[in-house]
Parts: sequence; C-alpha cells; structure tokens
Amino acid sequence: MNSLPEPVADRGGPAQPLLIARDLRKYFPLGGGARVHAVDGVSFSIAKGETLGIVGESGCGKSTLARLLMQLMPRDAGELILDGDPVGGPHGISVAAMRRQVQMVFQDSASSLNPRLPVQDSVAFGPRVHGRSRSAALEVARAALRQVHLDPALIGPRYPHELSGGQKQRVNIARALAIGPRMVVLDEAVSALDKSVQAQVLNLLVQLRRDLDLTYMFISHDLAVVRHISHRVLVMYLGQVMEVGPVAQVFAAPRHPYTRALLASRPSMDPARRTETLAISGDPPNPVDLPPGCRFAPRCPHAEAVCTAANPALAGGADHLAACLIQVPGSGHSQAPGLEAAA
Amino acid sequence: MAEGMSIAPAALPAAPGARRRRNTYWGEVGGKLIRQPGAMLGAAMLAVIVLAAIFAPWIAPFDPNKGSILMRLKPFFFRGHLLGADELGRDMLSRLIWGGRISLAMGVVPVLIAMLIGGALGLTAGFGGKLANTLIMRVMDVFYAFPSVLLAVAIAGAMGGGLIDGMIALTLVFIPPMCRVAESATAQVRNLDFIEAARATGAGGFSIVRHHVIGNVLGPVTVYASSLISVSVLLSAGLSFLGLGVQPPTADWGLMLSTLVPSIYVVPWVCALPGAAIFLTSIAFGLLSSGLRAAMDMRGA
Amino acid sequence: MSAPLLEIADLDVAFHGDGTPVQALSGVSLRLDPGQVLCIIGESGSGKSVTLRAMMRLLPERRARIGGQISFAGRDVLAMTDRQLRAMRGREMAMIFQEPMTALDPVYTIGAQIAETVRRHLGGTQAAARARALDMLERVGVPSAARRLDAYPHELSGGLRQRAMIALALSCGPQLLLADEPTTALDATVQIQVLLLLRRLQAELGMGIVFVTHDLGVAAEIADRVAVMYAGRIVEEGSVAEVLGRPAHPYTAGLLASSVEHVAPGAEIAAIPGAPPDLRALPPGCSFAPRCRHAVAACDATVPPPVRPGPGRMARCFTPLGFAPSGHAVEEHVA
Repeated sequence: MNSLPEPVADRGGPAQPLLIARDLRKYFPLGGGARVHAVDGVSFSIAKGETLGIVGESGCGKSTLARLLMQLMPRDAGELILDGDPVGGPHGISVAAMRRQVQMVFQDSASSLNPRLPVQDSVAFGPRVHGRSRSAALEVARAALRQVHLDPALIGPRYPHELSGGQKQRVNIARALAIGPRMVVLDEAVSALDKSVQAQVLNLLVQLRRDLDLTYMFISHDLAVVRHISHRVLVMYLGQVMEVGPVAQVFAAPRHPYTRALLASRPSMDPARRTETLAISGDPPNPVDLPPGCRFAPRCPHAEAVCTAANPALAGGADHLAACLIQVPGSGHSQAPGLEAAA
Repeated sequence: MAEGMSIAPAALPAAPGARRRRNTYWGEVGGKLIRQPGAMLGAAMLAVIVLAAIFAPWIAPFDPNKGSILMRLKPFFFRGHLLGADELGRDMLSRLIWGGRISLAMGVVPVLIAMLIGGALGLTAGFGGKLANTLIMRVMDVFYAFPSVLLAVAIAGAMGGGLIDGMIALTLVFIPPMCRVAESATAQVRNLDFIEAARATGAGGFSIVRHHVIGNVLGPVTVYASSLISVSVLLSAGLSFLGLGVQPPTADWGLMLSTLVPSIYVVPWVCALPGAAIFLTSIAFGLLSSGLRAAMDMRGA
Repeated sequence: MSAPLLEIADLDVAFHGDGTPVQALSGVSLRLDPGQVLCIIGESGSGKSVTLRAMMRLLPERRARIGGQISFAGRDVLAMTDRQLRAMRGREMAMIFQEPMTALDPVYTIGAQIAETVRRHLGGTQAAARARALDMLERVGVPSAARRLDAYPHELSGGLRQRAMIALALSCGPQLLLADEPTTALDATVQIQVLLLLRRLQAELGMGIVFVTHDLGVAAEIADRVAVMYAGRIVEEGSVAEVLGRPAHPYTAGLLASSVEHVAPGAEIAAIPGAPPDLRALPPGCSFAPRCRHAVAACDATVPPPVRPGPGRMARCFTPLGFAPSGHAVEEHVA
C-alpha cells in the first residue's frame, strides 16, 4: 500500500547521531560594516528517531538555522555531519544527496504552495526531480497524500486556494514525505493554524514519526507545542544557544535565566492564578548591536559585572547544558558554586 | 474588508466533494473571463476585426488598390461605396478591411516576438543571479533612455523602412519593457516559500524555473503583452504615417491616415475612418487586457 | 444592576460579493457593563473580528448587510450619522489592532499622531496636546518617552509600537476599548507585558474592554467574562473561570481539550475532528453538530436556543456538558 520511496539506508548505526551541527555561523552584512549575527556559533546533534525542539523569540536565528541545515543559504562557517558523512566539501556527501535524506516543512502561508499548480503536482515535483517518470511521481504523490490522511482523488486535483489552512499544511507535509526523507525540519509548521486544527496536525506528526521512523527538528516560538512533540529542546537567544537538554528537565528545572523568563511569560490558563509579576521586561534586542559578554545580560535579573566580560560557553551536567556563568563553578558570579564544591 | 474575504476560503473546504474542479489554471481564467462584460465586448469587437481581415478577399466589395479618377474623395454611400472613397478613388471599406491584415499583423507579431525574447531575458535576469541580472538589466536601461516612438523611428529609419523592418523596429522597442516586467515578476516569485520548498526537494534552477516560475510569471507578462498590442498598432500606424513602415499602395490604416490628412477638409468623415479603426482595435485589446488581469487574480475568487 | 455600556441584540451580518452571500454573524447578542473586560474567543472565520468591527460600524457598508441592534451608552450605533460616528470613534470608543505597523501612520511621528487625535476630539493647544501625548506614552510604560515622541513607527520595536498604539487609542479617555488580537503577533515575553499593561490601564481608567483572541491563555489572563464564537454564533458565554473551568458547550470543551497543555508529551491530543462549516451554506441546525460527539437528532434540525446552565451563563446547546438532563458527565479534562 505504501508506495513512498524507501529512505536512504542507515550507514552509521544507531549510536551515530543522524545530524551533527558544529559551530554553525551565518552573518548578514548590513551597510557600513555592521552585520546581523543571525546564527553565531550554534552546535548540536540529533539522534536517530529523536525530535529536537528549537525555541526562541523573533530574531533569535531559529529560521536561519533551519535554512542553513537545508543548505538553502550558504553558511559562513561550521560543519554539518549527516549520519557520519560531512555535507559538502571534498570528502563529504553532496548537497543533493543530503536533500534526499532531509526535508523541510514551511509555515503555512499564502505562498507555501505554488498557486498555479494542483496540489498533487506540487507534491509530485520532488519525486520528478529525483528522476521518476510523470506517472510514477504522481503515484508517489498520491501515496504521500494518503499518508497525511487526505483523499488523493478528492484533494489532489485542487488548487491551494481551494484548501483550508490545515489541509494545505498536510499537503506541505506530504510534499516533504514524497522524497522519502529520514529527517524533517519543521519550521513553525503548526504556528499559523487554528488551535483545533493544530491539534490534528500535531497528532499526525507524532503518528508519522512513529510509522516512518522519522527524525524531526521542530522549530517553534510556542513552548507548549515544543514540549508536546520534542524529546530534547534547544533554547536560542540572539543567534546563540542558551540552554539545551531533555524536554522534561528543561521545562521542570530550567537552568538559564532566559529559559526561566520564557517559561514564566506563558499565560497561566487559570483565571484564579493570573500572572502578577513580570519575569522580564523590554523587547528582545535586535541582533545587530550585540552587548558585550553574555547576550542576555542586559535583560537578565541576575546579571553581574562578570557577565559582561566574556560570553559564557555551554556548561552543566551530562546532557542538560546552559550558557550561564551561574552554572560554572568559580566563574566569579556570586550565585555560582565555588570550585571546591565542584571538586 | 479583509475579514469578509478571509471567511470564505477558510470555511470553504468544510464540504469536501461539494465542488470538484479538474480544470486547468487557464481553463479557470477563461471561465472568469467569459463572465466579464467588458472583456467580452472587447473580444467581440476583435472577432469582427480579425474575421474581416482574414476573409478580406471574399468580403471586400471592391479591389482595394484599384481607383478611379472620377471617384476621388467621395462621401459615404456614394454609388455603392458604403464608406466613400479615398484620394485616389479607391473604395474605403475595402481598403479598411484589407488594411486590417497589415495593421493587426503589425500589432501582434512584434509583441509576440518581444514577449518570447524579453520574457526569456527577464527570467534569466530574475533567476540567474547577480551577474546575469546586472548585465541584462543595464543593457535594457540603455534602450529605456530613448522615448519608444523615437527609438522605433530611428531603428526603422536606419534599416530602410518597409513592413519587415517596421516589425523588427517595434520588436526591439518592446523587448526592454517586456524584459523588465518579466524580471520584476520573477523577482517576486523567487522569494516565495514554495520556490524555497522546491529547492529543498533538491531541484535545480532550470527545473524550478520550468515548473514553478514560468507559470507564475506568464500571467503578468501576458497581461502586459496584451496591453502592448494596442500600443503596437498605434506605433506601426505612426511608422507608416512617416513613410517608414508599409509602403504605398498597400492598404494599412496608418498609411491611409497619412495619405488622407490633406483632404481632411474635403471629406472629414472619410478621412477619420482609419483613425477610428485604429482606435477601436486598440480599445478592444485594452478591454480584453484589463479583463484578463482581473480574471487571473485567483485570490479574488 | 447598572445600565450596560454596550448591548448587542440579534446581530446578523452577511457579506454580499460576487456569488453566494457569506453569513458572517447570525443572531449575536452580547452585553458589556461599564468597566468590564469581555473576551470573544474563536478561531479564524468564527466572526469574532466581524463582531468587533460591527460595534464601531467599520464594516464595508456597501457589501455588509447588517441586522439587529447595537446600542452603546444608550445610543443606537446602527442609526448614527457619519458625523456622530466620527465623533464617537477615537473619543468614546477606541480600537487597537494586531499589527500596529499597519494601524499607525508611517509618515507621522508617534507624538504627532497622538496629539492630532487629542486636538481633533478634545481641542486645546498644540502644546497641551503634546503634553497629553507625552503623559500617555509614560502611562503605557514607554521608556524615555520624551525622546520616543519624535520617533516614527518603524523606529520602534514591536512591543513599543504596540504600546504606542495603546497610548493613541486611550489618549481621549474612551469608555470602551476594542482590542483585535493585540498580542497575537508579539513574542511571548512581550505578550505578557502588554497583557499586564492592559489589565493595569483598565483598572486605572475604569474603561470597558472587548478583547478578541483565539488564545484561551490570553483570555484567562485578562477577561472577566468570555463569549465563545463558532461559525458566526456565540455558542457559550459566562464568567471566565466558569467557562474555562466547567465548559458547557462541547465546542468550548473541545477547544480546551485540544490545547497541548492538557496532555502528556507525545500522547494523542483529543483534537476536534473535521473543519468549520462553509459560511455560505450553514446547516439548518447547530453548526457544530457535524463535529460534535454529543450531537443528538435535534441538533441537526434546529439551531439550539440559548439555555442557562447556571447563573450568568448561556450556552446554545441541546446537550450542555455536565448540565444535561440526560446526565452527561463533566468532561475529565475539566478537573
């Protein structure tokens, strides 16, 4: 029944992370020598079958990060390793080979699908590009549409403007599945949907992950959604990683003051216990004029003089890390544990 | 207001299967075009003009090139000459019908060729990267520096004049604006999510242009081209008027206008006829063009 | 009980364009007391923004056919002349929008826009109006307000722009503020700041607020009462604690159940199946019936009349949850 393309076979074995990103950097030059530090030294890895959530506010670089992973824009520095193979470069796999394995789903917007094509043709485009005949590609497209619970005979010949937001987003997901990827990058994939439709699409994503052994990178500004779907979560602020760790630990015991502020900013859902005090004030600064030292220091309630001296590296326990001097014994921050405590 | 518009598409798919269209995009555009009275009026006018031109040998009551000294500058309904006769005593109606052949060809052919060349250049400039864009668009800017009428006159004059030279001159005049329209349409499409999505599936530039860009650029380019046809008819009339286009005694509306001008005080209505023909043809294309623009706007559905 | 600030009775709005008319609102009735905050909750196409715009008569007069009554401070809004409307808008009834960038005029400074509104409605000198503008910017918590008076909208960050728009809306001391998803486009850390600001200003100025949102959490933070809309009808209304805590209408319950906060990570969310109906062809009965697990035969036949499942509550449902004669249990997520 399932005539989706077979994914590329595993090469590195279960212990090899599916994707490793090392020190990715992307700067956008502005006039006059200034530049936007969109992604500034981001490293992480995603294990096979895992979902890594990326959260952060606007301007934190999460969408640029997705485009760097998909090679939709060239990176200024850094390394990407897919199942043990570096992407690009003389000894690595080609970008085309990587795209056969990693696909992306964009936010549902007016422009996420070609308005001039029936949606089945949009889905079939990928298989066509990867060398299938027209009829074979359409067959794959129909299978992909069935996979996202859309009736190919009914929905396939329609145009994007005839579909609802939820249906369009299912088509977007089908388009990614039609290549037979191992990993899908979801960039704000459910953010524009109404709540009741969002729940349907989230259920679908969880089911697809299970049925097709997919690995996700799930980018969203919505903490609740990220917590629901992710195994691990990475918190970004002004182009850098503030905290990364298992989702339960990060949400239950956040280590970075920014993560704590983000969590505290969620509406309470209980009119009897409304938010009374602000965890953080002001807007996220723009990523051009960066403060010295820790990027969060100007808005941080715990900032001290040492925080503006140097940009803290990720530190902490085994798999739950935060880029905050409070985590570093002997860092000079008054709340940091002493050196002897660590010893 | 926006809210009113947003309701319909959001609510529409609730009844799946209620409507099922298998039409192509152009089929849908055609369907909407038919429901526009203005566009249909333009189409009807064009149909009359084009059919008359095609069947000129059968429907023209007289030989367009055979005149009689006795018939010079006669008014309407003079001895079987429904629309009178010109300064050489030739039947006006027959000359208008035959002249439509040349004038329509001069209106349509240069625009079609310019659409192909200018469109290809515009797509290349819009999708081919910075260098291609700079090269193509700067060259176009040079052409833009001259007023289009002057440019057409200069090129036609330099080449010697005549039907083919006139067509080439007009084609060259229309390539830069056509290229500019295609380039800006491409630039708009280039940044849309579905283009990025196509790249993410691993498609190369050529296949993205073929599947996703051309279809979206063709719309604006076609609308623009249809509006240029009336300009082309007028410009070619101008060339003929100056003696740089069609040469006498061939019947052509612009040429007829030019040779009849001295007689404007003798038989004013007869002299105005070629002008009226140019005017009506250009109106017809204009109506069709604005109808097409409205019909191609899918979001208005 | 005091006289209501705003009362809407049986409001119908249909948009006529080319093709079938779109029935955006059907029989909407609402009441807002002075100083009260009412949240209208609904998804896209539910009619929440249309309701808000109808209150200020902002719907396109030529395309929108409006029936019913809207009375504001004892006056009939639908019968007002253009002149009366202009005097009311911005003075007694003000509006803030989701996207301040499009609601503020890009070619005037923030200070000039506020001062202009103040002088139009309240008169006075330019200097007095500017002083009022400065005072308003300070009240909405714009840092270095004196400097920001001369800033253009594009020079401000998203959060500051939203504050500037609130300052503009409140500059003439309106009795009623209409808010159309003003926090939806904001980052999480900024959204909560704006919500707290609106709550504080509401308490200080004593105005009524009608706040349109799709976000139940936002409603929980700011509302006294909530009205839940579906396919152009108000399906449930009541105090925020009651409606969010013990929803009577299956749609409200479904919305609550489909928020991810209520389920274990990765577990199946109890999503509402299907999609909202086509507003050009509404079913004869309850619009939610095709998606409702509790629907009975009567639901498809007629639109349920409003029932009162509790004091100060209303639900349009034949089988209200937890209140039905047939003894439907209260949904478990409520606990």
